[in-house]
Amino acid sequence: MSRRLWHFHGGLHLAAHKDESMREEVLPTRLPSRLVLPLQQHIGEPAEPVVTVGEQVLKGQVVARAHGYVSAPVHASSSGTVVAIEERPVAHPSGLSAPCIVIETDGREKWRRRESRIDDFTALDPSELRNRIREAGIVGLGGAGFPAFIKLNPGTAKVKTLILNGAECEPYITCDAMLMRQRPREIVEGLRIMRHALQAERCLIGIEDNKPRAIEALRQALAEAGLGDVEVVAVPTRYPAGGEKQLIKVLTGQEVPSHGLPLNIGVVCHNVGTAAAVYRAIAVGEPLLSRVVTVTGRGVSRPRNLEVLIGTPIGALLAECGPERGDLDRLIMGGPMMGFALHTDEAPVVKTTNCILAATHEDVVPDRPALPCIRCGECTRVCPVDLLPQQLYWHARAKDFDKVQDYNLFDCIECGCCAYVCPSHLPLVQYYRFAKTEIWAKEREKEKADIARRRHEFRQARLEREKAEREARHRQKREALAKDKSKGKGADQAAEQSKKAAIKEAMERAKAKRAAAGVTPKNTENLSEEQRRQIEQAEARRKANARPGDDDNAARVSDKESE
Amino acid sequence: MLSAILALTALAVVFGLLLGFAAVRFKVEADPVVDQIDAILPQTQCGQCGYPGCRPYAEAIASGEADINQCPPGGEAGVQALADLLGRDPKPINPEHGEIKPKMVAVIDEQLCIGCTLCIQACPVDAILGAAKHMHTVIEAECTGCELCVPPCPVDCIAMVPVKTEIATWKWPYPESLPEDQPTSLADLLTGGAAGRGA
Repeated sequence: MSRRLWHFHGGLHLAAHKDESMREEVLPTRLPSRLVLPLQQHIGEPAEPVVTVGEQVLKGQVVARAHGYVSAPVHASSSGTVVAIEERPVAHPSGLSAPCIVIETDGREKWRRRESRIDDFTALDPSELRNRIREAGIVGLGGAGFPAFIKLNPGTAKVKTLILNGAECEPYITCDAMLMRQRPREIVEGLRIMRHALQAERCLIGIEDNKPRAIEALRQALAEAGLGDVEVVAVPTRYPAGGEKQLIKVLTGQEVPSHGLPLNIGVVCHNVGTAAAVYRAIAVGEPLLSRVVTVTGRGVSRPRNLEVLIGTPIGALLAECGPERGDLDRLIMGGPMMGFALHTDEAPVVKTTNCILAATHEDVVPDRPALPCIRCGECTRVCPVDLLPQQLYWHARAKDFDKVQDYNLFDCIECGCCAYVCPSHLPLVQYYRFAKTEIWAKEREKEKADIARRRHEFRQARLEREKAEREARHRQKREALAKDKSKGKGADQAAEQSKKAAIKEAMERAKAKRAAAGVTPKNTENLSEEQRRQIEQAEARRKANARPGDDDNAARVSDKESE
Repeated sequence: MLSAILALTALAVVFGLLLGFAAVRFKVEADPVVDQIDAILPQTQCGQCGYPGCRPYAEAIASGEADINQCPPGGEAGVQALADLLGRDPKPINPEHGEIKPKMVAVIDEQLCIGCTLCIQACPVDAILGAAKHMHTVIEAECTGCELCVPPCPVDCIAMVPVKTEIATWKWPYPESLPEDQPTSLADLLTGGAAGRGA
């Protein structure tokens, strides 16, 4: 090929260890009895469960919906019953648990009604395509797990180049290579859809030159699909050529700015696996339910690639790769350079799981004590991001988090090249990871402190206001009282008088009314002798009773009234 | 002679006016030191420093009335930051004001709560929700872990529990504190038996 290629700084030639896992075809795994689906398998907000314990779910049914913009839904990868929604161990360097939906499979693989297939996606608006891709739960399958629909939304920017990343530079990992060999048509069709969604001018597929069969397969598929303008570029095999920024540099000669995105220079980069998933979502109507995972290392007797349902426990996956050897030292998720050790094989395969490396004692060298840095500068020579790992190390070690950011810590991709070449065996990447999480924690604390300050200030202001209001009320009351007092007894009497006058007036009005109507009360006039005597007696009794406890009676009456 | 004096006086007046104008026109609202101190303090509003909140403590530090080592929630890092800001020597937290504890959050035992509202009145950041004769609950995200709600509770139904570490808030440990059996670096895998070094 006559295409001009560029170089990224540093990098390493590593023993590939890829052949071991590429001897067999990719086959689907057996259906596990239980699927564990973590709510967070992507970067962003965790998904929100929409099923309850005991509910029957069908294959492809949404069990947790996206929460917020940067999020992705989770689908049931097989039919069965939801048996738990709880914290389960997940694959994470911390070994902590996270909320998961556990499904007991029923073995029937009964599908929910599939989304309609879209044969002519070019008739659809890119935003409609993105929506489909979002609802299919597709995230970047290369490892980072950023929701794919966001990276397919250029906004107002113009996309010059769409790059499919098939470099797969890390040793041992072969899932992308096998996918490219076996399902090149899906990748090519996915590329076509992505290109339409992004309205990209040109497309490139970057593959490391140690995968000639994958390159050949893709070239052939492109020719068959009539995509003559898409170029498959064989890039020199040098770790980490598959890093997004490194691949962009090699293919276009452009560098992604620090703290920037590839989109800033008109480039969008997607993994080949993501392209295949996009094809399945749009053209077949299937959400992301499975992925290809490499199971390799000396810990398994039959290293190979498998098509694994999301949520399959890693233990079940290992059981498919031949009898485990007794001397298994540790399980690593991801590759040997950037992966992390798993704490348990109960953790499930998630959307971003590309490789399970079962390492034996032979694979792992015993812990070598770290020696002092001798300032040899090897780390600087191999750093693919052109950082100064030594300076980063000193400042991270001293916990000087401002300084370490001055040296662009957050541009570090944690590729591990510096630690690999370090003659003093310094755990450099660990220092950088430590510094990064410390800085994030500090930022979170700062945010929390700001909220607490605002809430406290608001509370103080509220208390002040309430106090002022209370005082104002009291003052008003006091003033009203003082006014009454100043009027004194005269005022009281005057009030009494006016009341009496009003009563008198009312009585007179009533009398006049009665006179006018010529009505006289029946019960006071025209009484018989007997009645009159009874009345008088009652009156006398009343007076006799009332006199001794006059006040008491009055008090009782008023009590009753007040109740 | 006279002309020289006049010329110099005129110059002095002109520059004086110019400077006076600039002082008013381009006045920089300097971040007062109290705000800077307050920004460092953890805003737990716990009062362990002996002042009724972080802001009053910041004012006391600024006026020289209080020392910089009276804030246990801020920890050694807080003292260091204050020392850097004020150009003083850092010193350990004064044990009179309490000890450094892991981050805590208040939890109300809702079975026991009688709805007396005393804790609500004590909370400096309005992080407790409830009404008279109704169960109260702590809004975990807003709780600063100041413990001020604990003593007023008449039925002792408030417990301080350490904040749970989640994956999102987990921090990589400082490398030297790694246990012996952990790999220092996964790149070791390649340098040993599995793979020879590349070119």
